[in-house]
Amino acid sequence: MTTQTIDTRKQPLDALNAVYAYLVVAGLVLLLMMLIGLIMRMAQAEWFALDPGLFYILMTMHGAGMVGIAAVGGSAIMWHFVRRYVRVSTGAFLANLALFLLGALCILGAGFVGGFAAGWTFLFPLPAISGDAWSINAAAAYLVGLLFIGIGFLLFYLDVARGIIASYGSLANALGVKQVFGLAPEKDGPPAAVTASSMVLIVNTLGLIFGAAVLVLSLVNLYVPSFAIDPLVAKNMIYFFGHVFINATIYMAVIAVYEILPIYAHHAWRTNRVFYLGWISSTVMVLIAYPHHLLMDFVMPTWVLILGQIISWCSGLPVALVTAFGTLTVVYRSGIKWDTASGLLFAGMLAWITGGIPGIMDSTIPINGVMHNTLWVPGHFHTYLLGMMAMLLGFATFVTKERSSASDYGAAPIGFWLYVIGSVVFVMAFLAGGSASVPRRFAVHLPEWLPYDRLGALGGTLIVSGTLILVLVALLRIYWDLHTPAERR
Amino acid sequence: MQDTVWIVTVVLMASAAGIFLWVATTAENGAEDSGPLVASLYRLRPWLFALALVVIIVSNYKALTALPYVSRPGIGPVQAVNVLGEQWSWTITPDHVEAGRPVEFHVSSKDVNHGFAIYDERLRIVAQTQAMPHYVNVLRYTFTEPGTYRILCLEYCGSNHHAMATEITVVAAGVQPGEAR
Repeated sequence: MTTQTIDTRKQPLDALNAVYAYLVVAGLVLLLMMLIGLIMRMAQAEWFALDPGLFYILMTMHGAGMVGIAAVGGSAIMWHFVRRYVRVSTGAFLANLALFLLGALCILGAGFVGGFAAGWTFLFPLPAISGDAWSINAAAAYLVGLLFIGIGFLLFYLDVARGIIASYGSLANALGVKQVFGLAPEKDGPPAAVTASSMVLIVNTLGLIFGAAVLVLSLVNLYVPSFAIDPLVAKNMIYFFGHVFINATIYMAVIAVYEILPIYAHHAWRTNRVFYLGWISSTVMVLIAYPHHLLMDFVMPTWVLILGQIISWCSGLPVALVTAFGTLTVVYRSGIKWDTASGLLFAGMLAWITGGIPGIMDSTIPINGVMHNTLWVPGHFHTYLLGMMAMLLGFATFVTKERSSASDYGAAPIGFWLYVIGSVVFVMAFLAGGSASVPRRFAVHLPEWLPYDRLGALGGTLIVSGTLILVLVALLRIYWDLHTPAERR
Repeated sequence: MQDTVWIVTVVLMASAAGIFLWVATTAENGAEDSGPLVASLYRLRPWLFALALVVIIVSNYKALTALPYVSRPGIGPVQAVNVLGEQWSWTITPDHVEAGRPVEFHVSSKDVNHGFAIYDERLRIVAQTQAMPHYVNVLRYTFTEPGTYRILCLEYCGSNHHAMATEITVVAAGVQPGEAR
């Protein structure tokens, strides 16, 4: 095993530019998708009229776009840090981005040209049975777009896996299995970024294989309807893929917390036996918690649904007692000087923990019976994903600040507070709406539900404003870095 | 149940936020040597783990005693209701049941996935299950209050999903639909 560190602060320009390319794409798509989300929330609040058909197209684009861009942003963080410890290919990294853009074009075309609106989860057989709202070709364009994106990520993960195995001998070693079983000293354990990357690439490779399989099956079904899939099997495959893929985004983003927060706090992150055990258990639990999406499918084997509930509760343990606890101990009485980047990373960690609470509640079977597919669910995952995006924005702020002395003219802290306050208002409106049984994915809301929508739209406006500032600051710094001669920096 | 879940969730989220805020606001006053402080925090972790384990075991045990999948004896004979969803309407036969007697909804779909959710007159969900093609989900529920209950689709099913709604009538025991309650 080698623990040789590659100093990427002296990294070749192509590697840094590759990360910048990811950040530019992530920033712009994030803003676009947030705007689409805000339009939907404002339409539900009846601040303006929106055709329901267009609402569902926007909903599909928002879902697919946000999941995709969360993965793109998470990959940028993971690649930036893991390459300090292992050799990875910039070509594979950029190929992933190119395939993402190609896939995104297909998806946008499917939605805005073809009218495809089956939701990002494309639950079988909805893509093929649209009630004349979209064509088979539009559905195919969407599914092919997702396939392109999946292939790109598979390529990316396989390349990182190759690099990690080359340096550490096996993924088990990179997860710290030897340290857990006392076969090697803790001090020789892999860095946090390597362990987290290994976990992510294991779960996501499996998730992407299942996702690709159900995409291909759905594609064939579009043109050969007699080639039917069992809808329950398709649902299991889709939710396995979707659950793993979206969860992996925050497990990638948290690498930024591991790597950057200790720099601010002047306090190293402790990677000990408990840390590795936490990540190994997360690897297993992320893979087997997905049945909590199927708790209202009563024909599922009951033991699978019970397993989904219990694993969902247990999956909070490593997050709370390893990562959140570690974050608090790193910061506690450290003398840290807060700025926008460190604040966003810390707030992102808090959102991960707080977002897990309504998620665990909803994974409890009797509660799911009255909360499933209400606004409670987007309340849970928006808390979680706003945390993930806070980590991404914190990473972008840190990396661009590290490289550029361009001032933000005091704008970044304003962006931070707009983002944080907006997030609290936005997600609490979702959760309150969910507790009042307001359904999710409804283009038209009853008058009784409007107060939740209006509060949510207000929170969403603050989030979009804050994100706009934070993204603009990062983009301007990237521009400054790329266009300023070294001697003037 | 929804109100309890909401209150517990808000209290837990606020507690987590409180801890993070306290650590963040006191962090700038760095200790001379934070090593012993951090070590004492780590001694706390096994106790937190034990506490979390107790909460998980107790909560899950309690939840597993109230699964909606298990048939429980009710008062009086079961009333069977067939429910078929299709884009974008429900066919419910019969569309009225008696309060106080268990109802078994046999729920399926003619085309895509739908969600069969029963809303009471306060617009709160009282029970739900998925309506899937090729499968029949059996939802058991006993209405305690007579009234008009709304049925909404809770699984996105296409461009008119929000309009896929109907009603069922729950009458007091021994009362025919249309009679005064």
